[in-house]
Amino acid sequence: MPPSVLGTVAGMETTVRLTVDGTPHEVSVDTRTTLLDALRERLDVHTVKKGCDHGQCGSCTVLLDDRRHLTCLALAVSYDGATITTADGLGEGDDLHPVQQAFLNHDGYQCGYCTPGQVCSAVGMLEEVKQGHPSHVTEDLEADVDLDAEGELMVDEEIKERMSGNLCRCGAYRGIVDAIREAAGLEQHERQEAGA
Amino acid sequence: MTATPIRPRSMGTHLTRLDGHEKVTGVAAYAVEHALDLPERPLHAWLVTSTIARGTVERVDASDALAHPGVVQVLDHTSARRLAKPDDAELAVLQDDAIGFRGQIVAVVLAETSEAAREGARLVRVHQTPAAAPAEVVLDDGEAYAPEVANAGHEPDTTDGDVDAALAGAAVVVDATYTTPHEFNSPMEPHAVTAVWDGEHLSMWDSTQSVHGVASVIGRALGLERGKTRVRAPYVGGGFGSKGLPHAPEMAAALAAFAADGRPVQLAVTRQQMFSLTGYRTQTVSRFRLGAEPDGRLLALSHDALSQTSRYKEFVEQTATSARTMYAADARATTHRVVPLDVAVPAWMRAPGEMPGMFAQEVAMDELAVACGVDPIQLRLRNEPDVDPDTGNLFNNRRLLECLERGAARFGWAERDPEPGVRLDGDWRVGTGVASASYPALFMPGNTTRIQALGEGRYAVSIGAVDIGTGARTVLTQIAADALGVEPGRIELSLGDTELPKATVAGGSAGTSSWGTSIVLAAQQLRADHGDDPDAGVETTATSEGYPDMENLALHSFGAVFAETRVHRWTGEVRVPRMLGVYSVGRVINPTTARSQFLGGLVMGLSGALFEEGYRDPRFGHVVTQDLATYHVASHADVGDLQVEWLDEEDTAATPMGSRGIGEIGIVGTAAAIANATFHATGTRVRDLPLTADHFLT
Repeated sequence: MPPSVLGTVAGMETTVRLTVDGTPHEVSVDTRTTLLDALRERLDVHTVKKGCDHGQCGSCTVLLDDRRHLTCLALAVSYDGATITTADGLGEGDDLHPVQQAFLNHDGYQCGYCTPGQVCSAVGMLEEVKQGHPSHVTEDLEADVDLDAEGELMVDEEIKERMSGNLCRCGAYRGIVDAIREAAGLEQHERQEAGA
Repeated sequence: MTATPIRPRSMGTHLTRLDGHEKVTGVAAYAVEHALDLPERPLHAWLVTSTIARGTVERVDASDALAHPGVVQVLDHTSARRLAKPDDAELAVLQDDAIGFRGQIVAVVLAETSEAAREGARLVRVHQTPAAAPAEVVLDDGEAYAPEVANAGHEPDTTDGDVDAALAGAAVVVDATYTTPHEFNSPMEPHAVTAVWDGEHLSMWDSTQSVHGVASVIGRALGLERGKTRVRAPYVGGGFGSKGLPHAPEMAAALAAFAADGRPVQLAVTRQQMFSLTGYRTQTVSRFRLGAEPDGRLLALSHDALSQTSRYKEFVEQTATSARTMYAADARATTHRVVPLDVAVPAWMRAPGEMPGMFAQEVAMDELAVACGVDPIQLRLRNEPDVDPDTGNLFNNRRLLECLERGAARFGWAERDPEPGVRLDGDWRVGTGVASASYPALFMPGNTTRIQALGEGRYAVSIGAVDIGTGARTVLTQIAADALGVEPGRIELSLGDTELPKATVAGGSAGTSSWGTSIVLAAQQLRADHGDDPDAGVETTATSEGYPDMENLALHSFGAVFAETRVHRWTGEVRVPRMLGVYSVGRVINPTTARSQFLGGLVMGLSGALFEEGYRDPRFGHVVTQDLATYHVASHADVGDLQVEWLDEEDTAATPMGSRGIGEIGIVGTAAAIANATFHATGTRVRDLPLTADHFLT
């Protein structure tokens, strides 16, 4: 049965229009429904994850009107007409987005639960860099922002600072940073793994 | 028939994680993401929990909750289904009026939406009566006792020789107390269940490390016949031990499913509730005593470990067991004591025992090195045992010293000035530290694999194992490929479902070892029975009960962890710009997923070293730091340059794959290496985790 019949509460409902990964929806939401729960529980869009429901972990990150956004800290009724891209909507057809492919190449995950949020956050973050947003660790707030401009050491510091809203308890941070370096076209770290 | 060693072809080579595509797109479906597979929309369950630590529930008044639009039902101890076997107090949810800790489940609200369920839970009025005796919630409140057994079946106490006499005669003595706080597993996917009762079968999608374990424990408690409980876990968002055994929320979801009578129920534990309902690592207090010759050779070693458990169910962290095996000393003793409290029961968290125990031991060894004026690596070399001091058995492959020496060369240890507190870089005091790591190579019997030939060299391999993020799906495919002598692309692996043959838990770093041995056995049985080119449809099922080569050997993995720390001279802030782990773990089956396991262990060890501390309110007994803002786990910005490597080796005494487990050793010793580095940086010896700034502002 469609979600508008069962799984709703009479008297608390309103309808919003959301475009999710290219598909337009009209969805009935409770005035208390977060954007995250609207996606997961009303539209059965589970490519966005709930890790804390308090804006502390980043698992629910999507691109909301092209900016990275925590859907657990957003009430659905405030976002009528919004366009949302989850990790599943980033690629073109069956092709992965370059950031996603780089996560595969660098094993930038383990359990996979924070991963869609990490991926969306990385895509949004790289766009912020392009647009010139400085971060807490950017030395010169006036200059153009270029991840590579401040020297090798600053590349990882910038990436890590900008990605710190996305927790990964499996501890895949090195792989994630390496993946973002690859996706951003930056030089790769040399890694020695096994030896005789 | 028992399994025999297999020839590595795919094993030892890179293979991209087979479920990576599903994970980077998010389509991997976790426990409450199966609505489209359900017969109808699920009801949402929300837990109502106690607000006192000890007492009784007088009455649950659900009238306001039931009046709220969308609320369908409220379960309490008077209305929930009775368990057939309520003998596990943690799982005896809503069975009586007793309150054993603050945060215990006292009611479950079922509603059409999660918003209504949550509001309904707020509206339930629970009338509670505190017990006449005050609740005891912190160590000082209670009396310690000697348990009969520690976790994983360990003897609580061991004695070998006369420790007190040896200490009295020792030229150098270290006698200090080390503490670790309550730590919380905190996987990114909160514990969650979708459950359906169809009148005959209980069906669950669960976030668990063991589908068969949940089915048998929950099914038995409910009195369901064998085979009537199905548990599936296609994807699990981390566990780190907290999903190794079923906890109260799984039973609450099952009871809710019975109450819903055919309607599916979805229960997602909130992040806050996880801190009281899904297990944690107890705080530990370790008195560690070392007596040595002037050159650092140990004469005596003793580890007295104190921890706490709950009054309603016992769990004893095996904190002192690593002290039984690591170093040679003629006089050795270990004890475990535990204080029962009116608190949530602790449980497994990554490397239970080894993590807090090796923190104490490896900081104590560093103190001994300083006291003797001996290099810490040299000290360990001088105390290398010939046989396992605990059992007297030969080690299968003890290469601790090689790990230390290789790590020392790569980390630049030779240039280290041992003098503490003398290196200043700007406002940062800089130091380096080292610690040993160890973890037993465990093996669990009773794993069954079914292999079916699909024709044209393709095989379906089925086992009810679970991939909680370790890479099991990928690694078991590689093992099956090598065991059958085909390419990994010709293996169709199925796991994560009790409809598949029985498998043990993803825990104890024993998953790959135990499941892999079963897969090898089934493959060899298939070849023995049906030859190299079996017809499509031919199948073989085999159960591995043991692996004989491991008998009479002390099977352990070893490692060495190096850390550089910077401690701010004015604020006390601690940063860890680089760490290196070098491991001896037998054959590494997939270097990519293995590297992630080691790195993940180092990150969790770093997190425990610097940040993690569950603070319990001494008045009420609940964890105050019950979210990811106040219980900080390492984030991107906390992690510096991490490097791992491993010795190129195989250990066919441990498994037919030549591998040993790797899931936990990365967290062992890591906090000690960091603590030792902060001593080298500052000259201040900190014996209590976490290494917060206040320790260094003296």
